Amino acid sequence: MRFKMTDQTYRLELKNIVKSFPGVMAVRDVTLAAYFGEILALVGENGAGKSTLMNILSGALIADSGMILLDGNEVRITSPRRAQELGIAMIHQELALIPQMSVAQNIFLGREPLQVSGILVDTKKMQADAQVIINQLGLDFAVSAIISDLSIAQRQMVEIAKAISIKSRVIILDEPTSALSERESVKLFEMMHTLREQKVTLIYISHRMEEIFSFSDRIAVMRDGQLVGVEPTGNLSINSVVQMMVGRELKEFFPKTETEIGEIVLEAYGLRSGSRLKNASLFLRRGEIVGLAGLVGSGRTEIARVLFGADPLEAGEIIVAGQKVKIQSPEEAIRLGIGLVTEDRKAQGLFLRQSVRSNASITLFTKFSRFGFLQVKKIDRWIRSAINQLNIRTPNLEQHVGNLSGGNQQKVVIARWLALNPQILILDEPTRGIDVSAKAEIHNLMGELASKGMAILMISSELPEILGISDRILVMREGRLMAEFSRLDATQDKIMQAATGQLENAGINLNE
Amino acid sequence: MTTSVAQPSSAPFTLSIFLKRFGLLLVYALLALGLTLLSDRFLTGSNQINIVRQATISGIVAIGMTLVILTAGIDLSVGSILALSAVVAADLVKQGVPALLGFLIAIAIGAVMGMINGVMITRGKIPPFIATLGMLTVGRGLTLMYTQGKPFTGLPESFRFIGISSIGPVPMPIVVAGLLFIVMTLLLSRTRFGEYVYLIGDNPVAARLAGINVNRMIVYVYMISGMCAALAGIILVARLDSAQPVIGVGYEFNAIAAVVVGGTSFSGGEGTLLGTLFGTLLIETLGNGLNLLNVSPLWEQVVKGTVIALALLFYNAINRSTK
Ligand SMILES: Nc1ncnc2c1ncn2[C@@H]1O[C@H](COP(=O)(O)OP(=O)(O)OP(=O)(O)O)[C@@H](O)[C@H]1O
Ligand SMILES: [Mg+2]
Repeated sequence: MRFKMTDQTYRLELKNIVKSFPGVMAVRDVTLAAYFGEILALVGENGAGKSTLMNILSGALIADSGMILLDGNEVRITSPRRAQELGIAMIHQELALIPQMSVAQNIFLGREPLQVSGILVDTKKMQADAQVIINQLGLDFAVSAIISDLSIAQRQMVEIAKAISIKSRVIILDEPTSALSERESVKLFEMMHTLREQKVTLIYISHRMEEIFSFSDRIAVMRDGQLVGVEPTGNLSINSVVQMMVGRELKEFFPKTETEIGEIVLEAYGLRSGSRLKNASLFLRRGEIVGLAGLVGSGRTEIARVLFGADPLEAGEIIVAGQKVKIQSPEEAIRLGIGLVTEDRKAQGLFLRQSVRSNASITLFTKFSRFGFLQVKKIDRWIRSAINQLNIRTPNLEQHVGNLSGGNQQKVVIARWLALNPQILILDEPTRGIDVSAKAEIHNLMGELASKGMAILMISSELPEILGISDRILVMREGRLMAEFSRLDATQDKIMQAATGQLENAGINLNE
Repeated sequence: MTTSVAQPSSAPFTLSIFLKRFGLLLVYALLALGLTLLSDRFLTGSNQINIVRQATISGIVAIGMTLVILTAGIDLSVGSILALSAVVAADLVKQGVPALLGFLIAIAIGAVMGMINGVMITRGKIPPFIATLGMLTVGRGLTLMYTQGKPFTGLPESFRFIGISSIGPVPMPIVVAGLLFIVMTLLLSRTRFGEYVYLIGDNPVAARLAGINVNRMIVYVYMISGMCAALAGIILVARLDSAQPVIGVGYEFNAIAAVVVGGTSFSGGEGTLLGTLFGTLLIETLGNGLNLLNVSPLWEQVVKGTVIALALLFYNAINRSTK
């Protein structure tokens, strides 16, 4: 090779990349380069074109025009397979592992080492090779573990192990931490640093400003399909990045609105369901935002699901507005005035091949129909106002929701429940994948809804979010409610301790 | 324009989008052209009416099938439902029951058989393929038992009118099928129920979590399919003046073919009745053409099967390229 491999050489250059979809110019003339062994953060508002750009780099999409250079040579990346051969791996937000297979099988999927016969898979060698990578990454699960038994964070690690096993020189991570708790994220970043030392180039997309500033070397900012700047992280501040992203001075981050807390609308005692939810009692009051914290898998989502009638309740009782109720289906929950924004928007929230209109207004069909006929005008008027309020980017209402960017998809799901204006709204990781300004918008909205008398239960793995907007904070561990803090008492440390079991039964008595 | 709406680019109206929208029409036009050149009987008025008349029967069945496939299901029992409801109606009317009441009974039988399908699928958690395959066998068995293997013929004029009379120049079956088509198109595109059908087909889990009573809607859909089959049965028997016990055998194949060729996705949530209409015409024209060209009926199956496979390949390819 002619060029010198120093830290200052570009490993990767994207030149004048353009990509448009029907009705949308997603990437407009982007030129961006990345060095050997760096962590480059890619940020921007929802729909700015980040995923599209990275999908082009990883061969999932093909650019309309532009050029890609790898180690100074032009390459044509026509498919994910070709990208793999070139040493470019992308870890998508929706993990692509096969749940029934083992860690080792997933790592070597399609590239299994064969026995001498050339037909049978050499399982021993495969396991040994996988073990080497697992050790190298300092992971604590067995190569024979089945994927479905692993946590989301561990699965993410398996994806990375897979990327390493194909000797990737460039690894792209699209919102890798949005499904992880802080603790798990830290682990991921330690691993990214190890890889950086081995001269791997890492590009990662995230909306979490704090982590970007603690872990990245440089930050590239996109807005409306264009690259508006790339700078070493040290030269930037959160404010300046946000300003670049939004293109204007961001309105004040909304301070928590103090609202009057009203009477109890929901009480639940001794909830039990499946293996994850063992015993939990809680109450919600009008005008109050209750934050529900805990590690992933601690039973938070299961509480939401039984309160919403999505899972059967095996023991315990639920009282809504003073009446003992049996909630056997989401339909009944909605009739009682309960709404749920689910955690997994792709699998449980969205109708990917249907229009933005249908997706946002599904909960309104009963209200806005006469003799079974939909009142499309009324529905559209409502949707347009929701689109403005939540700043949803879509070329029109007919657009398939699957074509929206991740964050905009999430907003569509939230819009659906705003429409219904339930008296109790449960949100499971509502701001996952949502950009900073939209997140502030949504927090503000939650405050507004609470001030109008709605009771809100918010599950979140982001402690700053929990601490920022909750009036009261509940912490779960292993299927049980472990602690309760008032807004003033709560700190990150206390919550973490309660969530990990270092603090038993802290705070106020749970069954007051 | 609000800031929240992304700016439209001069996005290309690509070939694949064009093909997705008009491909079927194009194929139909080519087929018609080819047949016109190959056979001088094809383009005659009587032959065209023949095609349309035949298409009404399979078209009515295909309308119900479209709804079923939109929910990502399948209904293999339509032929048997058609048969049982038609022979019962024919028998009752022959014994003096008023024709209109006979029709209603036939449709009620279709509804009940559809309901059983729906309940097996939703409550019994039996895959649609298996549940309706069972109904196919049971329905045919009941038909054979009911008729004891003999056809009912010599039906009164009051029964036959739905098959042979006409309003002005338009044959009655076409009027009935046309009305049904319009009503069902409105149902699918304008009503809450229609929206639910698409949403459930797209993602039943999300539909349930958005408060839709998914099970009930699916039962309704199979009931509609059953009722469509029964209606088709009445018209067919009225036209032929004969209710054979083996009537409607294999009709599920033509209906499914029409729906799929018409662009409705087997994975649910995507498709239109207009597509099914063209699909039906295409399949019937194809059958008619092969007939005119004296192709052996054995080959007909092969050709139709191939056409379906090609249609599926075509839609897959298009979907991939518009991603
Ligand atoms: N397949 C597609 N068809 C049509 N439009 C698309 C498609 N994929 C993306 N878009 C549009 O392109 C734009 C950029 O989307 P992209 O997914 O790259 O955004 P993003 O920056 O990753 O946003 P987020 O932070 O919300 O994930 C959006 O307006 C989106 O709606
Ligand atoms: Mg994205």
